[in-house]
Amino acid sequence: MPQSARGADRPALNWLWAGLATPGMAWMALFFVVPFYAVAAVAFGQVDPILQTASPEWNPTAWDFTSFNEVLDRVFGGDLGTVFLRTGFYILLAVAGCIVVGYPVAYFLARHAGRWRGPLLALTILPFWVSYLMRMLAWVNLLQPEGWVAGVLRHVPGGDRSWLNGQPVTVVAGLVYGYVPFFILPLYATLDRIDGRLLEAARDLGASSRHVFWRVTVPLSRQGLIAASVITALPMVGDYYTNDLLSASPRTEMVGNQIVYYLQETTQPQVGASLVLLLVAVLVVAMAWYLVSISRAQKLVTR
Amino acid sequence: MNRKPRTLAAITLLYTVWSLVPVAIAVLFSFNSGRSRSTWQGFSLRWYWSDPFGSVWNDESLRIALRNSLVLAVLTIVIATPLGVALALGLTRWRSRPAKVANGVLLLPLVTPELVVGTSLYLVVTNGYSFLELGRTAQLVGHVTFSLTYVVIVVRGRLLSIGPDLEEAARDLGATPIQAIRLVVLPLLAPAIFAAGVLVFATSIDDFVVSALLSSGASTETVPVRIYGSVRGGATPALNALATIMLVASMVALVVVFVVMRMMRRRQGDDNAGENSLKELASW
Repeated sequence: MPQSARGADRPALNWLWAGLATPGMAWMALFFVVPFYAVAAVAFGQVDPILQTASPEWNPTAWDFTSFNEVLDRVFGGDLGTVFLRTGFYILLAVAGCIVVGYPVAYFLARHAGRWRGPLLALTILPFWVSYLMRMLAWVNLLQPEGWVAGVLRHVPGGDRSWLNGQPVTVVAGLVYGYVPFFILPLYATLDRIDGRLLEAARDLGASSRHVFWRVTVPLSRQGLIAASVITALPMVGDYYTNDLLSASPRTEMVGNQIVYYLQETTQPQVGASLVLLLVAVLVVAMAWYLVSISRAQKLVTR
Repeated sequence: MNRKPRTLAAITLLYTVWSLVPVAIAVLFSFNSGRSRSTWQGFSLRWYWSDPFGSVWNDESLRIALRNSLVLAVLTIVIATPLGVALALGLTRWRSRPAKVANGVLLLPLVTPELVVGTSLYLVVTNGYSFLELGRTAQLVGHVTFSLTYVVIVVRGRLLSIGPDLEEAARDLGATPIQAIRLVVLPLLAPAIFAAGVLVFATSIDDFVVSALLSSGASTETVPVRIYGSVRGGATPALNALATIMLVASMVALVVVFVVMRMMRRRQGDDNAGENSLKELASW
C-alpha cells in the first residue's frame, strides 16, 4: 500500500494494529493451529495395553508410531487401500462430471448469454445459498422407491433398482450435483476475462469456430479450469454425508466415512486421527502439484 | 456460428432446471397433506403448524433444532464479526512477520476440507481443552473459526478499495488514531461489515460437518444435523418444512446482502452495480 509522505513522519502505529490483530490471531492459534497439532498427538499417542484406550501424547519426542504404522499397512495393501482408491476414483469421476456439465454452462454465461447474463448468473449462484443437506434431501425424496425420478427411471432399461442403496452412480452423481456450482463460477470468471479480440484475430486468420475454441479458448481457460477443479475436489475429499445420505452402504464408503466412523463410533480415535493426517498429506501433495501447474499455465500464456 | 449458442443455451437451461427443480419439489412436499415425502396427496399447512404432534410448530425436537441453528448463527455473528473486523484492520496495516504468518494461516481454512477442521476441533475438545465440552460452546467455537476467514476477506477487500487517504486526512486534521478508525474508517466499512455479518449468518445456518462433529446429542442438533439424522428414516414432510424455513432464512439473507451491495456500488458510481454485486457474491 502506498504510504503518503506525511504519514511517514508520524510515529508508526504498530502497537495499535498489533493490538487489533491479536485477539483474532490468538483465536486462530488456539482453535485452528493447536487442534491440528492435537490430531498428531492423538495419532502418535499411546494405547493402553489392557484397556485398549488411546491417550494423546503432546510431547513429540515421545511419539509412538505403532498404531500409525498399522494404519499405513492397512492403507498400502489392506482394506483401507481400497477405500482410498475408491475415494480418488469417485472424486476423479465427479470432477470429470463437473467439467462436462459446468464448462458449457460457464462458456455460455461468459460468451453468449447477452442480456440474460444477470438473471442466469443469479440462478447459478442460488444453489450456493441453499443448504447442501437440503439439496441432498431433495434427491433422497426423488430417488426413494416411490419417488418421482425413481418412477421415471424404472421405465429405462437397467433403471429398476434401489437407487439409494450402495449405487456408485448415485454417489458420483450426487457429488456432481452438490459441487458443480462451485466449479462453474471460477471458470466463468476466467472465461469472462478472455479478450474477445484474440478470438476475433484467430477467426480473421482463418480458424474455424471449432479451432478457435480448442486452440484459443481452451488453452486460455486452462488456469481457470485447474482452479475450478481444485476448488470442487477439495471439499469432496472430506465429504462423508453425501455418501451416507445417498448410499449408506460399505460398498461405496469413502475416506471421510472411515474417519468419522473411527472417531465417533469406536474406541480407536487414533486410527481416525491417523487417517486425517494421511488425508492432509495427500492434499499437501495435490496442492503442490496445483501450484506447479498454475505457474506452468501462466508461463504458457505469457510465452 | 449461429447454431452453436443454441445448443449451449439448451444445456444452460437444462442445467438450471436440474439444479433448482429438485429443491423446488422438496419445498412443494413440505405442503403435502399426507405423510409421504414423495407421493403428492394435496396441499396443506399441516407440517408447518396444524399437525398436533408432527409439525415443526408442535414437535419439540424439530423446534429445538430450529432454535439451535438460529441461536448458534446469531452468537457466531456477535463474536466473529468484531473479531474479524479488528483482525482485518490490524493485518492490513501491521507490517511484521507475525502479521504475514497470520495472513497465510487465515487462508488455510479455505483450502482445508471441513472434515479436517471439524475432526481436529473434536479431538482437541475431547482430549486436551478441558475448558470446552462438546455441545453448543464447541459448535460456536467451530463456527467462529471458519467464519473469521470470510469476515477478514470481505472487510479487507473493502479496506483496500477505500485506501489510506481519508484516514490520513483525518489524522492531519488532528484526529487521534483511534478517533480516525471510529469516525472515518468504521463508517466507511459499515456496508462491508454488514455484508460479512449476513454471510456469517448464512454459512453458519448451512453448516453441517462442524455442527455434527461437535454436537453432544439430540439437545444440540441443528437443522442440517437433524436432516442428516432422519432423512433416510421414515421422516414426515415436517423435515421438508424445517428445511424450507431455513431456505427462506438464507434467501432473505442473500437478498438483503445483494441490495446493500448494489446500493454501495451505486453510490460509488458503478453503472453496472447489479451485475457486479452478483459477481462479488459469487466470488465468495
